[in-house]
Amino acid sequence: MFRIAVVSVSPVSRALRAGLGAIVALLICAAPASAGHGDEALARFTTDRFADTAEGIKALVASHLATKDAILQALGEGRLYFDPVRKQVYFKDIKGRLDDAKTGAPAAGVTADALKTVRVSNLVRSALQDARGSTGLTSSDPAKRLAAAHDAFRSHDPAALAAIDAALAKEKSPQVRRALAAAGAAIIALNSKAADQDRLQAVAVIGKQNDAAAISLLSQLRDGPKGDVQAAAASALARLQMQAAVWSGLQNIWYGLSYGSVLLLAAVGLAITFGVIGVINMAHGEMVMLGAYTTYVVQQWLDIAHPDWLGASLFIAIPAAFIVSGLVGMAIERGIIRFLYGRPLETLLATFGLSLILQQAVRTLFGADNRDVVSPYFMRGTFPLGGLSITFGRMWIIVFALLVFAALQLVLRATPFGLKIRAVTQNRRMASAMGIDTNRIDALAFGLGSGIAGIAGVALSQIDNVSPNLGQSYIIDSFMVVVFGGVGNLWGTMVAAMSLGVANKLIEPFVGAVLGKIIILVLLILFIQRRPRGLFALKGRAVEA
Amino acid sequence: MALSRRNFLAATGALTGASLMRPAFAAAEPIKVGILHSLSGTMAISESTLKDTQLMMIAAQNAKGGVLGRKLEPVVVDPASNWPLFAEKARELISKDKVSVIFGCWTSVSRKSVLPVVKELDSILFYPVQYEGQECERNVFYTGAAPNQQAIPAVDYLMSKDGGNVKRWVLAGTDYVYPRTTNKILEAYLKLKGVAAEDIMINYTPFGQSDWQTIVSDIKKFGSAGKKTAVVSTINGDANVPFYKELGNQGIKATDIPVMAFSVGEEELAGMDTKPLVGHLAAWNYFESVDTPINKAFINQWHSFIKNPKRTTNDPMEASMIGFNMWVQAVEKAQSFKPDDVIDALIGVSVPNLTGGTATMMPNHHITKPVLIGEIQANGQFDVVWQTPGEVVAQEWSPYLPESKDLIGDWRKPMSCGNFNVKTGHCGG
Repeated sequence: MFRIAVVSVSPVSRALRAGLGAIVALLICAAPASAGHGDEALARFTTDRFADTAEGIKALVASHLATKDAILQALGEGRLYFDPVRKQVYFKDIKGRLDDAKTGAPAAGVTADALKTVRVSNLVRSALQDARGSTGLTSSDPAKRLAAAHDAFRSHDPAALAAIDAALAKEKSPQVRRALAAAGAAIIALNSKAADQDRLQAVAVIGKQNDAAAISLLSQLRDGPKGDVQAAAASALARLQMQAAVWSGLQNIWYGLSYGSVLLLAAVGLAITFGVIGVINMAHGEMVMLGAYTTYVVQQWLDIAHPDWLGASLFIAIPAAFIVSGLVGMAIERGIIRFLYGRPLETLLATFGLSLILQQAVRTLFGADNRDVVSPYFMRGTFPLGGLSITFGRMWIIVFALLVFAALQLVLRATPFGLKIRAVTQNRRMASAMGIDTNRIDALAFGLGSGIAGIAGVALSQIDNVSPNLGQSYIIDSFMVVVFGGVGNLWGTMVAAMSLGVANKLIEPFVGAVLGKIIILVLLILFIQRRPRGLFALKGRAVEA
Repeated sequence: MALSRRNFLAATGALTGASLMRPAFAAAEPIKVGILHSLSGTMAISESTLKDTQLMMIAAQNAKGGVLGRKLEPVVVDPASNWPLFAEKARELISKDKVSVIFGCWTSVSRKSVLPVVKELDSILFYPVQYEGQECERNVFYTGAAPNQQAIPAVDYLMSKDGGNVKRWVLAGTDYVYPRTTNKILEAYLKLKGVAAEDIMINYTPFGQSDWQTIVSDIKKFGSAGKKTAVVSTINGDANVPFYKELGNQGIKATDIPVMAFSVGEEELAGMDTKPLVGHLAAWNYFESVDTPINKAFINQWHSFIKNPKRTTNDPMEASMIGFNMWVQAVEKAQSFKPDDVIDALIGVSVPNLTGGTATMMPNHHITKPVLIGEIQANGQFDVVWQTPGEVVAQEWSPYLPESKDLIGDWRKPMSCGNFNVKTGHCGG
């Protein structure tokens, strides 16, 4: 039963296996002989009490019932039913056919109406997770085996040791092997009856794991009874915590870059309208909000018209949001702002009023509650990078922000339109004398800034609420970024966004989010006192204009 | 009669929303009911639902013939999520529109702003939202939960075996009065239960916090100390969506670190993909999924009134409904619409709640409520995993805080005091 295949011969793993074997032998002697047919286990599913269901799962794993994997899977997916009167258990298979849980054969003479679902709570879910730790080890899918090994590590259920041992003997993938060895080590380390030498080696194996679960387990050992094992755990824990501190510093910098990219997206459109044209547009946040709602509408439309294309919804939403917000922006410029050039206070008030009107309009049209924007598959999940865990959504938003920034630079630097915008900003009258229609350029530039805000809305719809208030929360931050970076300078906006993001996330863990924001604002005010024109001040005639 | 009606109309009707006036051919003028919920601004998302609930209740009552033979007429105003405007609109409702009762407010700060007005003009306010307690006023009737009807049982559940034997606690909230007071009570309670100070982490965030990355990773770190950890969340409003998204992103499952929320209901979940959130918890006094005939009837009534079969019901709606029914019953008991008579008649009034029990108005102007713990399901509903055996009486003054442990509220005569100190024997704290 616990014959061990010769795969590797490091002394640690050899000793570990000896330990595993000894404990497996112990457990097998102790295991009740009546585990057999699973009748008792199934009976526990019919009481409609969470604690009983959890016990039932344990009993089921120990039994030899052929259908046990199917039952556990059905339970996890809410497809397990019981008959409260006859105390029988059934499950629906994928096609919806009702099967008898004990035999797996189609259930005759039972209708779903008479049955009640076996309910699942966190207690039951934890028991299921532990069960997966022992049953998933035999899966043919390496990813499932890895997940099962991690589950077994977390649950460190001594009953799983035999299964871990058997799996380790067959396992080929080095990653899964490591996880399995760690899971076995976790069980031995926590078993106070095992030999000290085995436990010490187990602690050494766990000490090589670098994750929260290992830290959690070692803390448990450190707080346990004094002895060699406790001392070894304490020193391994100290080392792991040191590493963890370094990684968490790096992680915070990554979070800062991610936050900075969101700030950059929100502010870069404003850098055009406020920075380049000099209009204080308080309705800028609402352009972002319109972009987010455009994403929602695009997804709704695709869902009805072309469900297969739903995965590409964001790529369709980007140009759509640019056009919607851009057109609204141009309408605002032509309809209101152009009559107010040179009167910043009136512009501020008019656009603030406009922002309230736009919010209420969206609230009337779509309702006040949040809209559900779906994340496409490539925006979901995380991957580990050393000790960092990087979420795909955040990573793509950083990439997207940089792409938008680069595209904007390209438009301003390498197209005739960009040239005209720069000419008008630098010297309006001269540009006009050279034959540039400055009115038209104003409108188009305003449309460009608003359109970019709309694109930002597409990205923000992935991480924030799509509600009428979406824009409000970004308008202050956006102005902060543009002023800090230096009005009229896109590179300044970029550097300002990233440094504000990183500074915010580095301060936050120490003083909390509320005080962190205040400290950043105070620092910013002090900085502006020293350098009123921001990080990268424009020089020359444009400044006076 | 006709003349007096004309005078009445001239005095008040012309100034109010004339569109709401029904042709007054009934025997007597309708009785006006004030509805003071934000229909615009940040709180519109939550409060506009309560306005619709009250309109539905009033329409149903009128269909039954009104109250004491007189129709009810709703007067809806919009305080626009603007706290000082709440006080202004309340004054307008009472002095100008002459409403007999006000149903309104959501946030504690809006209630505090209305409070001096209803006291001065001696009217009635029904407040339908769970709150931090530490208040007991003669003119206010609290139909939402006090902390011991929501927060304390929720923590007890998490400490129990079914809840996972939680030993380490994160108290996370938005930075304003409700989370701060609730967390102060919870911290005192946890310490009383033997939880060490280093096993409690308290974290506050600004309104509308949208970047939760560092905070969630701090929670994750705090939770890896080898003891079962849970988050008790008083995070408010819109900030919840990005918070739960970040929990999902960083792979925190309910089996690792469960989150128990006091401000997340069916309405908040409606805008979210709940699959990564399955198993996270909420404590309320009502869930839409509660399987009782009276709840089914209420949901059907709501769907046909709002003409949208997808709209959810939630806890503040139930509290709003109970408040209305209690007011109707008290008016019938007192045979009068005068606030002074109704205030006295309200104590002891019992109406059925939607979970199969009864809600009784206690002398402290709070009602009895069952406490339910629900787990989030993949379909956006809650599955009730635990509930108190019966209804719980509210403790308006927390016994866990030194400043309020000796206070009681009892508005029955002869005591008639909201903050009677049992140590000193004096009214007034």
